[in-house]
Amino acid sequence: MIRLDQVEKTYRTRRGDLVRAVEDITLEVGENEFVTLVGASGCGKSTLLKLVAGLTPATRGTIHIRGAAVREPFPDVGFVFQQPVLLPWRSVLDNVLFSVEMLGLEPRQCRKQAGDLLELTGLGGFETKYPRELSGGMQQRVAICRALLPDPSLLLMDEPFGALDAMTREEMSLELLRIWEERRKTILFVTHSIPEAILLADRVVVMTPRPGRIARILAIDLPRPRTMDLEFDPRFKAASDEVRGLIFAGRAPAR
Amino acid sequence: MIRRRLLTEYVVPAATLAGVLLAWEAATRAFRIPRFIMPAPSAILAEGWEWRYRFLGHAWVTLYETLGGFALSMLVGVPLAILIVYSPTLKSALYPLIVLAQSVPKIAIAPVLLLVLGHGEIPKIIVAFLVAFFPVVVDTATGLAATPPELLDLSRSYRASAFKTFLKVRLPMAMPFVFAGAKVAITLSVIGAVVGEFVGSDQGLGYLILSATSYWKTELAFSSMILLSLMAIVLFGAVALVERLVCPWLAPAGEE
Repeated sequence: MIRLDQVEKTYRTRRGDLVRAVEDITLEVGENEFVTLVGASGCGKSTLLKLVAGLTPATRGTIHIRGAAVREPFPDVGFVFQQPVLLPWRSVLDNVLFSVEMLGLEPRQCRKQAGDLLELTGLGGFETKYPRELSGGMQQRVAICRALLPDPSLLLMDEPFGALDAMTREEMSLELLRIWEERRKTILFVTHSIPEAILLADRVVVMTPRPGRIARILAIDLPRPRTMDLEFDPRFKAASDEVRGLIFAGRAPAR
Repeated sequence: MIRRRLLTEYVVPAATLAGVLLAWEAATRAFRIPRFIMPAPSAILAEGWEWRYRFLGHAWVTLYETLGGFALSMLVGVPLAILIVYSPTLKSALYPLIVLAQSVPKIAIAPVLLLVLGHGEIPKIIVAFLVAFFPVVVDTATGLAATPPELLDLSRSYRASAFKTFLKVRLPMAMPFVFAGAKVAITLSVIGAVVGEFVGSDQGLGYLILSATSYWKTELAFSSMILLSLMAIVLFGAVALVERLVCPWLAPAGEE
């Protein structure tokens, strides 16, 4: 579905220096595939998502989605960020409807789907609440519903659970998988957490920083539906060790 | 719990104020301070009561000038802030002018303005506007620039127009900042109107204070000042109330 071919992105900082965010990124993502991007800070994972969404042009290389070159913002996409960034003056339901509204669709016709999505994410009954009345995890669920409402074929998630506590985080990962089983889409998911990357993914893209490059792409052939118990599976352990090895290669040993 | 809150929030400040007034009253009596230097609170109150009908006309003039200056500062300040945030060219063109206008002491401009515009309320409204518009511009611009970049990315990815993003995201996001500016502006407008009246006028509370002091009628000056402060407090409260109505989401959780 997505094809990146030798993509490079160079920024000019305010002082005028050129900084290469990502370099030589070649990656193909299949239809309905769940791909996670994992790596240390500053390896250009977020830049990569912006490039795919067409929010920033590549300095070199090409990006195609379903055969068409990405030159401008690609609207068939849902974005979820590390912060929920909800609109504090809107109710939960109106926050979910925000996406279709910005797309220029009639929000009233999407109320039912929005309600269904809230039900699916365990937020049934919270439609009229305001963001500040919800916990961090619930707010992030609203943000996920907002991204899912226009039913995009591509979901871009930039450390969506990074600001949540560890327990909520595990719960949300499993829930995301459940939603994904129900409404198949292509997901590009950026994370700092190695277990999270492996638990979720069909394939894990391991990146190294300065400039951001792909170190290796690992296929994860663990059975689905996945559960937290898989963490004790030897294949999980092996994948985890491999990813850790790649990320910490060239650095002082972690221990 | 409730009793304790009542005590700290109302009883303690009221008792303090009463104590200060009593000490003031006692001091003026005990040391026989001449009333034209420091009148007793009771004398101020009596004089104010004497003047209650004549106050109305003067208070109305000052209120009118204040509200005029405030309205003008909002009507000019908010659009100006929008232009500055959206156009870097306009920003570099206008910002130095705005800062320059802010750094000229308004009390120094007031005589010139009155010379040019003559007497009447208009020059006072202009002075009040000049004093009040700067915080409106700066706070609104800050608010508009503080939109989370993720929301702008989100809007852009949905190909929403800049105007739609402005209406649905940036402007409501900036509202708390706009009101912060408005709250400062309303109190500054009162000051501006009074400064305008000081420089040249024959009505208004500012005029009353000035003429009362030149005739050694200190009680009248004090009671005018109190009335002026009350007006400023009520106006500030009104802006805060409008803020509550326009931005109900700002009330801390659990307070409604």
